[in-house]
Amino acid sequence: MSEITPDLVRHLASLSRILVTDEEVETLAGELGLIVESVATVTQAVKGDVLATSHPIPMANVFREDVVEPSLTQESALSGAPDSAEGRFRVAAILDEE
Amino acid sequence: MAKEQLMAYEQAIEQFEVVIGLEVHVELNTKSKMFCGCANIFGNEPNTNVCPICIGLPGSLPAVNKKAVESSIAIGLALGCQIAPTGRFSRKNYFYPDLAKNFQTSQYDEPIAFEGKINIELEDGVVFEVLIERAHMEEDAGKLTHIGGATGRIQGAEYSLVDYNRAGVPLVEIVTKPVYGAGARAPGLAAAYVHAIREIVKSMNVSDARMERGNVRCDANVSLRPHGQAKLGTRTETKNVNSLRSVENAVRYEIQRQAHILANGGTITQETRHWHEDRGYTSAGRPKSDADDYRYFPEPDLVPVQPSLAWIEEIRAALPENPAIRRKRLMEAWGFAELEFRDVVNSDLLDQVEATVAAGAAPQAARKWWTGELARLANSQEVAVQDLAITPAQVAKIQQLIDSGELTDRMARDVVAGVLAGEGEPEAVIEKRGLKVVSDDGALIAAIDEALAKQPDVLEKIREGKVQAAGAVIGAVMQAMRGQVDAARVRELILERAK
Amino acid sequence: MSELIHKSASELADLISSKAVSSEEVTSAFFDRSVEMNPKTNSYLYLNRDTALAAAKAADAALANGEKLSPLHGVPIAVKDNLTTTDAPTTSGSKILEGWVPQYDATVVAKLRKAGLPILGKTNLDEFAMGSSTEYSAYGPSKNPWDLSRIPGGSGGGSSSAVAGHLAPIAIGSDTGGSIRFPAAVTGSVGAKPTYGAVSRYGLIALASSLDQIGPVSNTVLDSALLQDVISGHDKHDSTSLPQSLGSMADAVRNADVKGLRVGVVKQLDSDAFQPGVKACFDDTIAKLVAAGAEVVTVDCPSFEYAIAAYYLILPAEASSNLAKFDSVRFGLRVTPDGNPTIERVMAATREAGFGPEVKRRIILGTYALSSGYYDAYYGSAQKVRTLIQQDLAKAFSQVDVLLTPTAPTTAFKIGEKVNDPLAMYLNDIATIPANLAGIPGMSVPNGLAAEDGLPSGVQILAPAMQDAQMYRVGSIIEQMYLAEWGAPLIAKAPKLEVL
Repeated sequence: MSEITPDLVRHLASLSRILVTDEEVETLAGELGLIVESVATVTQAVKGDVLATSHPIPMANVFREDVVEPSLTQESALSGAPDSAEGRFRVAAILDEE
Repeated sequence: MAKEQLMAYEQAIEQFEVVIGLEVHVELNTKSKMFCGCANIFGNEPNTNVCPICIGLPGSLPAVNKKAVESSIAIGLALGCQIAPTGRFSRKNYFYPDLAKNFQTSQYDEPIAFEGKINIELEDGVVFEVLIERAHMEEDAGKLTHIGGATGRIQGAEYSLVDYNRAGVPLVEIVTKPVYGAGARAPGLAAAYVHAIREIVKSMNVSDARMERGNVRCDANVSLRPHGQAKLGTRTETKNVNSLRSVENAVRYEIQRQAHILANGGTITQETRHWHEDRGYTSAGRPKSDADDYRYFPEPDLVPVQPSLAWIEEIRAALPENPAIRRKRLMEAWGFAELEFRDVVNSDLLDQVEATVAAGAAPQAARKWWTGELARLANSQEVAVQDLAITPAQVAKIQQLIDSGELTDRMARDVVAGVLAGEGEPEAVIEKRGLKVVSDDGALIAAIDEALAKQPDVLEKIREGKVQAAGAVIGAVMQAMRGQVDAARVRELILERAK
Repeated sequence: MSELIHKSASELADLISSKAVSSEEVTSAFFDRSVEMNPKTNSYLYLNRDTALAAAKAADAALANGEKLSPLHGVPIAVKDNLTTTDAPTTSGSKILEGWVPQYDATVVAKLRKAGLPILGKTNLDEFAMGSSTEYSAYGPSKNPWDLSRIPGGSGGGSSSAVAGHLAPIAIGSDTGGSIRFPAAVTGSVGAKPTYGAVSRYGLIALASSLDQIGPVSNTVLDSALLQDVISGHDKHDSTSLPQSLGSMADAVRNADVKGLRVGVVKQLDSDAFQPGVKACFDDTIAKLVAAGAEVVTVDCPSFEYAIAAYYLILPAEASSNLAKFDSVRFGLRVTPDGNPTIERVMAATREAGFGPEVKRRIILGTYALSSGYYDAYYGSAQKVRTLIQQDLAKAFSQVDVLLTPTAPTTAFKIGEKVNDPLAMYLNDIATIPANLAGIPGMSVPNGLAAEDGLPSGVQILAPAMQDAQMYRVGSIIEQMYLAEWGAPLIAKAPKLEVL
């Protein structure tokens, strides 16, 4: 039995904001189970103290000066938006706190 | 949602130990945003300070604002923190429409500053040492406006509008370690702490520090445990406490609310709560759950920040004095009564008075100018007294002329008016307006004689002992001399004539 | 003028700068060819004659004024559709971006425009560059000009099929785990992934930020070198772009000399896992190099064994975060479910409808790899494997100048053959992935046709970080050895594509 259960897939899909049907959950659980089994070999690769490499070419302290550069116009900023109103991006109501 | 049942405050403190923790977000006042060149300005038309980077267009990449890093290091140093030899940005992943990339570029396990402390003096003189766990850099989110529904609130809204002008504004989040032992003073301590942070970042000029604009925002963690219990109680995190009064009231409310629940055998839910300033209560948000798995990982589009010791020391050398320490020093040096000093502090005139004293004026005289005549003028002109067109050096100069007897108080006020009117330095105003104490007694005596001639009975009355009769003549003489004489000297001369 | 389309970019550049032919004529010739052939190869997702010809005319006008903007002045080019362009929609092969016209040009696109290269159009790719066949493109697979029933490699199969099919003389690709090199190998073309950071990623729709690198696709090593010289250089908009110049790749190609060359063959990538014909081509390349005087040794890179596993944790993890911005708010698709949905439901429905199955698979896998409780075991270990691979490579490069491997385990497979088997698909990148994990440069150069299927094979050259010039030198040496044998580039052996 894989550690990728349908419930875990549902949870991960929700964290990823992807709607999934029950059927997709089953398929994904199977596929991801196989993949995870295969990639889990990395856990055996590392013995002892090894530093993590998050950046292939080591660099540090790359900064930009605090200088204002031109922004987009409001029209251009909104040009790709599916919906906008009053100079702003319009979205459906938010289900949240309170 | 209505207010919940509360335990009386004194009773709550008697039964439980209060533990608080504070997270303060400070918006930096850099010219440009944290990761792009858009202007960091409050109040512009929506979505006009935005670019592909801060609205998260596909393909865009961040680039770190050096000044924001410098300000963050400075804040860390001002809070007595150590500066990390290697700091890194991480992504905090969660979906929310005000977050353009649906992750916040922040710092996680390698903050730029850590392990600091700050002494907070309460109004009753008790001093608490608050330990700082960390200060880290991150970016602000955009602004949501909820349309429809009852009150423009999120609940019941039909839709929401997003403005990303604020998205990417640099923030420093300062997190305390748990603060124990404040007892009944916990709410006051929380407010005093936020006040102190605000004062420090303002004195450093790294933030505009205006709470009403959200430049300084506070989340307050509160938990209770029975006295003597080692294990910490479950905490709540109250968000949206954006004035000093709110901080105090929200902490107090949570203490009373939690105490009531615990005393009745209930349990506290670990959750985010929202403070409602208008009605003075907190309400529950989403409970903390797996949904808060932020999946932090090192931001691969940015490289580590490794400030050199030289850079850190350069920033340290430029730090202003801690405001609390400075206040203590100045109060002692100036010898003001406590009320007088508080008046200066509350009017935000420490800088002005200090500079005026430094330019040679006596502390009391400097104080009187700024909290008196100048404050009055500012008020009538509807500007901040700090913004009046007069410098501390000019004020000191005018005071010096009074001290040497070259100006009367009334003339000095005229000079101030002239300086404010843009007539130049005090000396130039005096010259232009012909303001000079007449020191040639000849002209003055002639004026007195003329006045006495018109009121022949005055000298007689004086000789009879009715010295106050001189007043009428003094007034006439002052008028004749257009105020450019010292009233005391006129009186002296009249009394001499009566002998 | 149709013979123009069979010329290399450097030949075309010479013709244009000597005014023997205009950029407009060359651009027209490739455009006509593209319009004719694209229905067969599906190389391009978007073609625009007006903008391409306007740029060509501008290049001709500049030349008339004595301004030669770059060594590739006037040569038309195809650009992978995961680079932003203000004058063409940019989809990254996904339905979620259909119709989006970006508000800014990618740095590389801006450089191409400044260097006087007219952009013919945008080429197909697996959705968000996730794949090695273009079968995961939302707009259908591209076809291999050698055999239209076969894949042209991926994710940059649009660029490789365009170049191999003479729909463009050169193209821009991006390479996260082999997306330039694998397509080059299976289409008999040349493709290079520069050192990480040599080319700005600004405007490249990110797949995995710490692995992605933009590079050239061409029919000759010199063309790739010339193109890399045009597009590389520090960019203040990309904090990970290298501050220093890596020198001229074109010079390295022109001055290539086998003398003193030390070549390493990676023990872990010289096995029966490779198709016999591919292995035979590789052995032939090595034999030729030895004959030419190169020293060849076998090197041990034990950590390569874990490269694919590490890659398929790091890539999905970074991708899951990079792709979070596709949420229906600021650009792209919005799907609103019935009823009165909240934004959360709109986002979830949009991402369900807008992303293909492979993208969803990788996003969910990446979310898993980063989630609390699993991070250290998966993402954390994978990042440590990168360190081990770098250590293996450092040791290997202390003995040799370059490493050689077959670029791909097989020649081009049939469309549909692996599309439902993600794990099998992932193995296509077994030889190319280590370069991305370590940040080193790698390129694929054609080295013959596999005996069993008559399809092209490629040899991969890996060089130490920053030593892209060394890689081009060896690429040129190998190319010259085969040119001497064949009398023409391998691509000349490709069947002629004819209009149906």
